[in-house]
Amino acid sequence: MSRSADLHDLSRNDRMPLTHVENEELMPLPEPLSNAERQHPWPPLSAQCVDRYECGLDDTCAVNVPQPKTPEEEKKLVAQFLSGLDKLFDKENNWTFLQPLLLTMEHCTGCQTCAASCHIFEASGRNELYRPTFRSEVLRRLYFKYIKHGGLLSAWQHGRIRLNWPLVARLVELSYRCNLCRRCAQSCPIGCDNGLVARELRKLFSQEMGIAAKELHEQGSMLQLKVGSSTGMTAEIVKDNIAFIDEDISEKTGIEVHTPWDVQGADVLLIHNAGEIMAWPENPGAYALILTMAGVNWTMSSELAGYDSINYGLWYDDAQLARVAIKHVEAARKLGVKRIVLGECGHAHKALCVTADRLLTGDLNIPRMSSLPLLRDIVMSGKIQFDPARNDFPVTLHDPCNMVRLMGVVEPQREILHQLCPRFREMEPHGVDNYCCGGGSGFAIMSGNNFTDWRFQVAGRKKMEQILNAFADCIGPETQKYLCAPCSNCKGQFRDMLAYYNLWEENRILYGGLVELIVNAMVDVKPGFIEWEWR
Amino acid sequence: MTMAVYLALYGGLGFFLAGCLWRIYTYARTPLHLRWELYPVPHEEPGRVEHGGSYFESGDWWLSPQAVHHRREWTTMLREILFLRGLWEFNRPLWLPSFLFHFGLYLVIASIGLGVLSALPGSLMHSPASAFLFSALVLACKWAALVAILLILAGALLLLYRRIADPALKNYTRPGDLFNLAFFIAAFALLGAGLLQGPAPMKALLRGALHFDLGARAAVVPSLGIVLASLLLAYIPFTHMAHFIAKYFTWHSVRWDDQRNPRNGPLEHKIATSLRLRPTWAAPHMGADGKKSWADIAASNPAEEVRK
Ligand code: SF4
Ligand code: SF4
Ligand code: SF4
Repeated sequence: MSRSADLHDLSRNDRMPLTHVENEELMPLPEPLSNAERQHPWPPLSAQCVDRYECGLDDTCAVNVPQPKTPEEEKKLVAQFLSGLDKLFDKENNWTFLQPLLLTMEHCTGCQTCAASCHIFEASGRNELYRPTFRSEVLRRLYFKYIKHGGLLSAWQHGRIRLNWPLVARLVELSYRCNLCRRCAQSCPIGCDNGLVARELRKLFSQEMGIAAKELHEQGSMLQLKVGSSTGMTAEIVKDNIAFIDEDISEKTGIEVHTPWDVQGADVLLIHNAGEIMAWPENPGAYALILTMAGVNWTMSSELAGYDSINYGLWYDDAQLARVAIKHVEAARKLGVKRIVLGECGHAHKALCVTADRLLTGDLNIPRMSSLPLLRDIVMSGKIQFDPARNDFPVTLHDPCNMVRLMGVVEPQREILHQLCPRFREMEPHGVDNYCCGGGSGFAIMSGNNFTDWRFQVAGRKKMEQILNAFADCIGPETQKYLCAPCSNCKGQFRDMLAYYNLWEENRILYGGLVELIVNAMVDVKPGFIEWEWR
Repeated sequence: MTMAVYLALYGGLGFFLAGCLWRIYTYARTPLHLRWELYPVPHEEPGRVEHGGSYFESGDWWLSPQAVHHRREWTTMLREILFLRGLWEFNRPLWLPSFLFHFGLYLVIASIGLGVLSALPGSLMHSPASAFLFSALVLACKWAALVAILLILAGALLLLYRRIADPALKNYTRPGDLFNLAFFIAAFALLGAGLLQGPAPMKALLRGALHFDLGARAAVVPSLGIVLASLLLAYIPFTHMAHFIAKYFTWHSVRWDDQRNPRNGPLEHKIATSLRLRPTWAAPHMGADGKKSWADIAASNPAEEVRK
């Protein structure tokens, strides 16, 4: 590791990375990944990337900010940053988060209690750069210097900082080294929120300077607002895909399923993360089957964004968050449904049920809920017959932060698993104390340069440790194991991370959602719904 | 000299109160923010608090009113204030110094309370029972003060040692942090030294201040102690040490704020007011020209406009 990073290094004028993490410095992993041969060497950034983009932070580059050509251009960018900084602390521009941000800026005692809670900091071998307070302290010093206009006395009280383009460029990258899981905020004795700081920084960059990870903005929220889904699927394509899924599920289970579209006045408008439809079709298929068998009066919507619950604005931009949330509820309003029910997507839950609760008024204020309590009620109602013996394999549960720590949906999924999976075991810690999968805040869909290596080796490492520990008694390939993740984003991270470490091929760890386990245990369904095949 | 001590004391108290009110006002007048709670939320239904669940765990949650169990909230807060439960759970090595320090401060407040009681006019203390009560109050006040000073000094010295010795704190210890602790140590060391010289001069000064009696004699060490402590008091609200105020907001209005927004309910009005604010964010996709409100912006679609 290079000398441990100092706050002042951020303003260093060279473009050399401030830190480099060696494999040996990373938090050790349990069997079978304790073996050095199963670790991956860091692939260096390409020369083209280093020449074109700002990558002066660490081993990777997430946002690809182009290098300014002239000192004037740099100056202009710094001025834009300062103007954004002003707006971050201004009611007109940031009423949405002003209070928690001010409190975090003004009251951190520097006690470092939060550091022990952060999986990224721990997994990196406690690399200073990834300490939760590192980026917050930079913003805090800027706040006291430029917003509170503190002079020398303030610098003495709150610490010095030198604002220049290298600092801003590094701060962009640094705001994308946090999963926004807010585990650190849970442990702060004051109630400061370093996760919020990362988000507010991203927001400043996006809303003022137009800088954001392209996967979240152009290919994310903008594409969703343009065609209806960040997958690029229009309503017609989704309908086609769903028809195909219906057919497939009917054949596979022996039970006829037809997904209803645009049913006026339905009880339930179900919105999936459209990524499921493309990557894990058995998940929407399983939902359709369960709701049909339970006799729920439900529908899907072909309105713009009405068939894709994702809302990437939650991770970087308030305007995009609000725009997409409104599209979701507008779809429900047009159909006159009684409630919106969200499929297995953690951030969609948090965005639409919780965060947007203070954006939606009048006839846009339509009840919104998680599908997990609905599924729990169906499973417990006795309407459907189950045979838990069909799920007689080790199952562990990942708690998506957005659904659990940040929304309080903890038990419904557990009640289902206790009922249907005789070999269910918890990860430790779990529930509201869980660790993020490492794909949070958009990382699961970000894969430019060598970012995926950082995502698996650092951000996902703690979760990897938890998964391996949960299956420690049956880690060998002779036992097929199921990692249940009721969140599309987390599943994306698990798919890529398990493959990275070859854990399906060599250790038979499969991942999947919750509804698949429910359908797999249904007596009326042909046995073998879960196919134990890698996808 | 006596006059100077009184002025410092009144000034210190005045600044402290004004500073605290200013801070409360600053936070309280910020607009209602978007929901950003963290579970567990202690005012949830008893069956849910244990695992950190919310009302979102029940289907059709909007059909029943939101239950808020304040008692649980207050006991959680009390355990946090008195015993620093968060630190105990998440940062054990820091708990002891911090606990000593904070508990010492609570004892100072207790001691001042007892002192004020014991300084009430003598006419209230005529009967033998009240005379006994009076001497008990004086004794309790004295001991509370002594123990408080010892705890604060021990806590502050340990905290100072940690700030200097722990490399993890290096990036995050500003000169001001060391100064704050040194300030506490100096003020309370002087107060302690004053008390050790015999409680009478200190008592006389404080009692004199209460009745604005300029005849009270101001001994040097207790006077310096009181002046320094008053300056410290005036300084606290203007530093991050005012976290006793911040914490009310971070816990009640952020971490635990799960207040629902039912249609036509009390929050809708506040939200509508905020949605009328006019941002000026400059990125093109925002479409914020200072004339459009948040509501206009949220209803617009930048992707659609590009397509036209
Ligand atoms: S954010 Fe909280 S826990 Fe972390 S250093 Fe600041 S006060 Fe301590
Ligand atoms: S929000 Fe999560 S990832 Fe970010 S600093 Fe806190 S604990 Fe670490
Ligand atoms: S990706 Fe999953 S685990 Fe990670 S922050 Fe999102 S919900 Fe949490």
